[in-house]
Amino acid sequence: MVTTAIPHNPSFSETFISSLYKGENGERFRSCLQCGSCSGVCPFGSLMDYPPGRMIAGLRADEFDLVMETDTVWMCVSCYACAQICPSKIPITAGLMTRTKEELVLAGNVPSELQHALENSQRYGNPMGESPRKRADWITGIQPQVTILGKERRPVDVLWFVGDYPSYHPRVQIVAKALAKILNTLGINFGILGPEENTDGDTQRLAGERGLFEMLAEKNGRIFNKYQFERIITSDPHAYNALKNEYPAIGISYPVQHSTQFLAERIDQLKPLLKQEVPAAVTYHDPCYLGRVNGIFDEPRMLLEAIPGVKLVEMAHNHASSLCCGGGGGGMWLDGFQWEKAHARLSEWRIQEAVDIGANILAVACPYEPPRFEDAIKMTQQAGKLVVKDIVELLADALG
Amino acid sequence: MNIIVPVKLVPDLVEELTIDASGTALDTAWLRMIINEFDDHAIEQAILIKERTGAHVTVLSTNVEGVDDLLFTAAAKGADRLIKLNGDFEGGVNNHALARAITDIVKGLQPDLVLTGVQAHNDLDGQIGPLLAGYLEMPYVGCVSGFTMNNGQVIARKEYPGGLLAEMAVRLPAVLGIQAAEQPPRYVAISKIRQIMKSTIIEEQAIATLDSEGGPTIGRMFKPEVSEYAIMIEGDINEICTKLIEVFKEAGVL
Amino acid sequence: MSQDIYIVIEHLRGQVAEISYVMLAAGHELAKGTGGKVVAVLLGHNLSGLSSNLAASHVLYLDHPALVDFTSDAYHNALTILINENNPRIVMFGHTSIGMDVASGLSARMGLPLVSQCREVHVDGGTLKFVSQACGGKIMAEGELPAPMSLVTMVPGGLKPELGQSEQPPEVIRMPVVELEGIRITLKDYIEPEIGDVDIAKESVLVSIGRGIQNKDNIELAQDLATALGGVVSSSRPVVDQGWLPSTRLVGKSGKSVKPKIYLALGISGAPEHTEAITGSNMIVAINTDPVAPIFSLAKYGAVVDMFDLLPMLTEQVRKVKES
Repeated sequence: MVTTAIPHNPSFSETFISSLYKGENGERFRSCLQCGSCSGVCPFGSLMDYPPGRMIAGLRADEFDLVMETDTVWMCVSCYACAQICPSKIPITAGLMTRTKEELVLAGNVPSELQHALENSQRYGNPMGESPRKRADWITGIQPQVTILGKERRPVDVLWFVGDYPSYHPRVQIVAKALAKILNTLGINFGILGPEENTDGDTQRLAGERGLFEMLAEKNGRIFNKYQFERIITSDPHAYNALKNEYPAIGISYPVQHSTQFLAERIDQLKPLLKQEVPAAVTYHDPCYLGRVNGIFDEPRMLLEAIPGVKLVEMAHNHASSLCCGGGGGGMWLDGFQWEKAHARLSEWRIQEAVDIGANILAVACPYEPPRFEDAIKMTQQAGKLVVKDIVELLADALG
Repeated sequence: MNIIVPVKLVPDLVEELTIDASGTALDTAWLRMIINEFDDHAIEQAILIKERTGAHVTVLSTNVEGVDDLLFTAAAKGADRLIKLNGDFEGGVNNHALARAITDIVKGLQPDLVLTGVQAHNDLDGQIGPLLAGYLEMPYVGCVSGFTMNNGQVIARKEYPGGLLAEMAVRLPAVLGIQAAEQPPRYVAISKIRQIMKSTIIEEQAIATLDSEGGPTIGRMFKPEVSEYAIMIEGDINEICTKLIEVFKEAGVL
Repeated sequence: MSQDIYIVIEHLRGQVAEISYVMLAAGHELAKGTGGKVVAVLLGHNLSGLSSNLAASHVLYLDHPALVDFTSDAYHNALTILINENNPRIVMFGHTSIGMDVASGLSARMGLPLVSQCREVHVDGGTLKFVSQACGGKIMAEGELPAPMSLVTMVPGGLKPELGQSEQPPEVIRMPVVELEGIRITLKDYIEPEIGDVDIAKESVLVSIGRGIQNKDNIELAQDLATALGGVVSSSRPVVDQGWLPSTRLVGKSGKSVKPKIYLALGISGAPEHTEAITGSNMIVAINTDPVAPIFSLAKYGAVVDMFDLLPMLTEQVRKVKES
């Protein structure tokens, strides 16, 4: 049964409320202008009983309990659109939304889909509940064989942190294989962790399970410590965000790049090899955690423009104003819940934008996106022959 | 009121199961243990009763891999007392042995109510709940998905096929086999469990002997034949329909 | 000490449950080896007409007011008397809400060995053997049924219930009146399931639709087949999300887990969030136009064909078979 109701209603303690003001830049809540920009730009703002601006109003009026009587906070997809647009630079996502989710999780108030994802993450190191032993099964058949560091203990230049969806989801395994092909073609000395890799934990952190995030990060940190490598690359913007911005705070710090950055650095080596034409109007969807949160906009576009035949077109919302696909921040695991409220998926709105500018291919750079957008295409009548491809899939196609 | 919840850790089916060299038992090398889903519901139900009536909840389990985590999680949900049973559980123990082993311990805890999962997927010699009830000489109702307390008796809702429920009045002390708690087992944040680990003690009690008399001796354990891929039905629409009719007959629906 | 096989007939509110026939079939398998009789044990009060098609050599009927409804205490007491008097070789129960309550308790109280989750039984040389299933059907365990007496609980699937049915009603022997004391459980009331939409988790035939159904009107094609097969229509997420079916029909992670005899997946690709809820199905048949749809790795049978071409003809043929 689709779970929408949160069983008990917690009362928000004094300690919690004051902790919000005391959090990093929390004093800025007091300088909220009530301009409404955050609520306006929030993808689900119009469907929340208390969109971000009203949540802050409720906080300042000492009526936060009223806010919590609604399910508003579980509609938040942690896309950072609000934080980005706020003229008072209030850390709305991290300082209010995530903190509130943490408090709800502590009280045991979690929508059941999310609960399963969290429990699976803890038990199996991935939110899908797949066996950890099968995490590297996707490498079967790739030549030269992908190095699993636990089996072949040797120093590598690059540790490729693969991630959950590329490891286990059949559609996204195709993307993983494409990236392996490119890395092999470029002669990169890389390895993966395979069964020893745990989910990066960033989405779990954004969904309010700070303790789980720390546990997962610590586990990954211990594994990283066992091996020798110069840098970490990952195709997952969430893992990139975690490794770059969150892990160092708990003492785990390595140079990290998103795969698009890594490949863009090698564009001179890569471009001459891109011989196969991909004649198509291609539009690029900036993932929230690559673009808006971490400021990486140019490298993915640079890679696309290097492919012969590609004509790059921009959707109405692009770069920092990109529309969230609804998958991150726990949204992937609140699908049923959010659907009940919204009867629309953010991913479908995005597909409509791609259709509107006449794109043939929707290029993505985040592992949640191929299945999410492909599902949305099937439900959008006018989408017709629109195709979703990760940038590395297009590059691999162009390699021939 | 005293509620006792005996729980079992069972093989986690997410991992591939393999048979050991003797061919009569599961290979424990790669075996992961997870709480029996129905026992998890029993814990949830006990905590719900505690929240309503202030009952005292004791959770007990055997000392196998994962037991500490299981017990601390129960404490984080609200269990008052945790007991870990030490004994020789290597190679698995059947329900008769477990039920016998805990009978005196449970009796000593003076239960008003014993809640345990209605069954576990690795049962081969009956279920622990009714076996325990037999040794304790207490009444037993299984497949319970909710109950109310009323003057020294329990009104339990027993599930029958087709959605039918029977309300059974049971005199206390009694054992109930839980099919489903009134709400799914709640989530406990990791930080809460970590906190509990610092402040809670798991008591240990020794189990003298394990007597598995009453369960069958397994001569051979094996995995059934599983095909990796569907048998594809070919042909034109007519031929496919004809073959599907045969398939429906094979499934027992035609 | 007899070599008879006792089958405790499972019945509820005047209906004999199908598992009783499966058990009778199993009983006959065992009786071949023991040379004993298959005896149906009927416990109840003022029962009539329940035994007419039981394939047993005779029925032992114990009537007592305390047995008017099932309680484990009343059944324990009655069976203890019966077993002590007759010492059968095997006493068999259904692995059900009723059977599970009784068998283990009896094993504990009387010190009788118990084999549960038994899927099939057979005779090997002179030995009575069982094959039980465990771990969600992933593991099978085989062994001997302990002598001189064992209790068994049977699950369906291994033996055909038709083999436990008979045209000839067996002789009914009414047991002398006994005292049944110390009964601590009483039935207060039955609560009927809500009338309204179906509970797909309890259906044995599911015709399930996915994205491939394309629009609400096409659902009728699936409904026709479901009706012809005596089942209901269920679906994966997108269909429910569109509002084409109520959420009670949802099969999947955020819906229900189902365990029908047959799960017919039409135009369902087989995403993990859906398939995890159908692994309990006895048989999965997948129809999809995509030859590499993941569902085919889970299904027993599959066909790559357009369901809109297939459904009308298939429904026709099913109706014809049912009429004959």
